[in-house]
This record gives sequence, C-alpha cells and structure tokens, in this order.
Amino acid sequence: MNDIHILGIETSCDETAASVVKNGREILSNVVASQIESQKKFGGVVPEVASRLHVEQITLVIEEAMEQAGLQPEDLDAVAVTEGPGLVGALLIGVNAAKAFAFANGLPLIGVHHIAGHVYANRLDGGMEFPLVALIISGGHTELVYMERDGSFELIGETRDDAAGEAYDKVARVLGLPYPGGPHIDRLAHEADDAVEFPRARLEEGSYDFSFSGLKSAVINHVHNVRQKGQEVDTASVAAGFQESVIDVVVEKTVRAAKEKGVRQVIAAGGVSANKGLRAALGKALEKEGIRFSVPPLNLCTDNAAMIAAAGTSMYEADIRSDMALNGRPGMELLSWSMK
Amino acid sequence: MIWLGLDTANAPLSVALVRDGELLVELNSAMGLNHSAGAMPAVEQLFKRAGIQPADIDAIAVSEGPGSYTGVRIGVTIAKTLAWTLDKPLVGVSSLRVLASNIFTYGVTISPLIDARRGNVYAGLYRRQEDGTLECLMEDRHMALSDLLGRLKKEGNPVVFVGEGARKNEEALKEALGELGRRAHFTQDLPRAALLITEAQHAEHDAVHAFAPEYRRITEAEANWRKANGEAREK
Ligand SMILES: [Zn+2]
Repeated sequence: MNDIHILGIETSCDETAASVVKNGREILSNVVASQIESQKKFGGVVPEVASRLHVEQITLVIEEAMEQAGLQPEDLDAVAVTEGPGLVGALLIGVNAAKAFAFANGLPLIGVHHIAGHVYANRLDGGMEFPLVALIISGGHTELVYMERDGSFELIGETRDDAAGEAYDKVARVLGLPYPGGPHIDRLAHEADDAVEFPRARLEEGSYDFSFSGLKSAVINHVHNVRQKGQEVDTASVAAGFQESVIDVVVEKTVRAAKEKGVRQVIAAGGVSANKGLRAALGKALEKEGIRFSVPPLNLCTDNAAMIAAAGTSMYEADIRSDMALNGRPGMELLSWSMK
Repeated sequence: MIWLGLDTANAPLSVALVRDGELLVELNSAMGLNHSAGAMPAVEQLFKRAGIQPADIDAIAVSEGPGSYTGVRIGVTIAKTLAWTLDKPLVGVSSLRVLASNIFTYGVTISPLIDARRGNVYAGLYRRQEDGTLECLMEDRHMALSDLLGRLKKEGNPVVFVGEGARKNEEALKEALGELGRRAHFTQDLPRAALLITEAQHAEHDAVHAFAPEYRRITEAEANWRKANGEAREK
C-alpha cells in the first residue's frame, strides 16, 4: 500500500493552521498561528478581526507546513479543509485557500467537519479502538458521540444552551480573569482550599444532554451577592466550585454512556479536554470501569490542522471528495461518511 | 504572457484570462452569486474554456477592495494562494479603479462609487489621460456621499458617476450636481476583469504572503476599542 499524504487546513475560529499528516497517523508538520494576542484586547474573538488575520496568515502558514514536512505539492494525495461548523467569515478563508491550492496543483479536495477533526486527533496519538464514545468539549461544543466504527457518528447527547467552554469564559469574565478564561479557572480550582457549592444540572433521568446556563447564572448570582455585601469574592473557591459542578456532570454522563454502549475506549476532544481537572476525573472514573481513556496532548486538543488532515485521511480512504463549489458551512451537521 | 484577473470585491463576479493584450475568456455576472462557493468554479470554468492549465499563467491580478469585506477577502485569498503555490507575481488593483477603468472619455472626472450604507460610500476620483492611462485624483476612501458631492460641486468639472453605488444613489447625484454630473451606461457599472488586468500591467508587483485587502475602514471592534481607550486616557 502506498503512503497517503494529506495537507490539512483549519480556520474555523481564531487559529490559522496547516499541517501535513502521513497515513492519518503520523504528523509531518503542524503549524498553528494563534490570534489570541491580537484578540485579547477585545476580550474575545471578534469575527471580523479573525477573518482579517486569517487572510494575512494563510499562505505563510501553509508554506511553513509544506516546508517542515519537506514535501512538494505533487507529493500530496489530497487537501483536507475544515468546512464547518465555525465562524462563516473565518471558515471561508481556509476553504478558498484550500480550493485554490487544490485547483492549482490538480489535487482532490475534501471538506471536513471540525468536530470529526477533534475526534480523529486521537489517531495521531495512541489510536482509536471501536466502538468508542467521544466527548467533544470546547468553546462551541459539548457533545457525546458514539462511533460504532471508523467514519460513523451517532450523536447521543449535546448541550441545550451554552457549551462548556462558553460557560468557562463567561464565569472567568465575571471573576475578572483574563481571556481566554478556561485555563485560569482550571489553575485556580487546583489552588483552592475549598469549593463553593453550586447546583448540578443532570436533566431528566437517562438523558445524555447537558445544560450549563443554570450553573453559570448561579455563579454570577453568588458573585453579585458577595459583592453586594461588601465582601471580597474568594475567586479560587468559586472557580473550584464551578469546575467541580461541570466535571461531575460531564464525567457521570460520559461514563454512563460508555457503559451503556459497551465501548472499548472513551476519547476526549476539543479545547476544554485540555482541562487538567476534567482529564484526571474522567481518567479515574473510566479506569474503575476498565475502559481505556485517551485524550490527545494539549497541542492536539486545541484547534489545529493535523486533526483535519487525520479525519480527511479516513474520508479520503472512504472515497469522499468535494468539488470547487465547496463552501464554509457555519452550522454544518456531523454526519457519518462510512456506509458499511 | 498570460494574466488571470479576478474581481469579487462586491456583489458582481468577473474573472478573465488575457494573453498578450488579447482577451481569451471573460466571465461576468451581477446576480445570484455566492463568491465563496462560486468564485473557484468560475476560475475552473475559465481555464477549461481557454484550454490551458493553471501553471500556464504568468501573473495574477486581483481587485483588492474597498468593497464587501467578505467579497474582497475571497478574491484576495484565492489570488494570493494561486500566486504563492504557482510562484507567479501578484498585483492588487483598487476595486474603485477597476470601475473607473470602464470609462474611456478623456478629461472628465470619473467618480466610481460603492455604496457603504447610511449615506456613506467608498469613493475615489480618477481621470483618463490622453495616453490612455488612468490618473488618480483622490485616493480611495470611506466617506459621506454628501461630502464627496460637495467637493465635486465646488470643483465644477464635469463628472461621470459609475458603479453600483452610483445606481443606488442616482437621485442624490442628480440633485447635487445637475447638468455637471452624468451617469455611465448601466453595463459599465460592473467590474471587468479584463480591464483589471490592463490596470495591473501598469502597477508594481505585491509581496504575496503579506498581501491583504484594502478595506479602507478599521473594524468596528477596533474603532470601539480606540474610542474606549482614548477616553480612558483623557480621564
Ligand atoms: Zn475546535
């Protein structure tokens, strides 16, 4: 069998990224130009700013990825690009760069779902064993997906309001922590001596769905009440209480889903899966059940293009192709590409 | 020498291939377009009809704005990616200059207009020289239409208004300038990639990686940030 080399491109939010992956498993290059420094002063990702920065970085990032991989365009088998979901103005920079690159070099083009990318990041580190349950947890997502086999996705739970990462960012803002807030809350939670007790939103019996808006409101109310009394907010114990509530619910639902589906492996994906508290708690709970738990290293948890190339490789092998009419799809649904 | 030209700066689309001053193929449309989905299929179609390969071209010209932020970005992203991966020179041309280049009358002031809503326009002023080149009289900018019309009235020279922004503001133009102002023919309101290429041939090459649109406006977030921080300093 010949080796498959795929160039991945990802611009769905505030990272301009390109990567070359061999056989869907081996990273030859993984270049990420982050906009965090430029977006910091606005306290979050401003879509128009993100789009402008993507245009400025896109060819440099692709060139860097190709150079680090030591490959020429003719050595590639296809170009895979994030098609959605994400910020529409940001997505279409990657999509159009990918189309132009594929057209100029006579390469097949593959549009990839961003979340499929996060899931397939695990292929780049330790591998995927089916059937599995994937917990996708990030600034835009909190989802439980069951994968019976390579390329098949069944959504079994999702958030009904805020994504977990969104709740992290909002709570961080209320606590006066810098953007992005997730890592600060994680760190403070570890430093805390005690934790404020916040509610757990388990929803109805047996549900795998999530809800974080009630928790977020509880935290905001708590902070306001303390401040109204003229007292100092104990930031660390609020952070710890918030994080405990999130982790409790996420771990309980993930483990229950894994047991019910009888999977061999649980994988975590998305920016929030970098959270140390969450990793530790999930790892411990799954170990007790004898289920393998995998979470990729930090640089593969946050947005990157290697994961897009990895998912793109599985799609390439399943003969999935896009044409020059490929467009950015901000609300794209995660669909299976394996029909077996 | 074969040029590829691409204008997606506003609602219309125009793509062209020109070889040594001879137009090979040009595709133009004003309606029903989504540039993100449609620009590359148009480019693909262009090469198919001309019977040439991407690597056969020698240079790329693109409309660099101002205009629709998204539209400009799509054209610029495609153009710079092609220029980089094919290793060909890239030339950005003002989207207002491209509109102005539709007018071949000597001597008159050419006022290409792109509507920017709430009484604002993107505008520049140009004049066709006797040697055929287009001279820029006023650099492209985002401005109130009333300010532009005031300036043109004061100057008192005959003006030709061109572009979709001229069509949208027809009444205001007539009212302000009367006999002094004329409207271009409606077919001239669309950008022509072949003329974009003509303009690009007179311009210097741009650095490909650093190439970015000429938005002629900072983002709203940046404007708000500057306002907030300016005020904070004054306190
Ligand atoms: Zn992501």
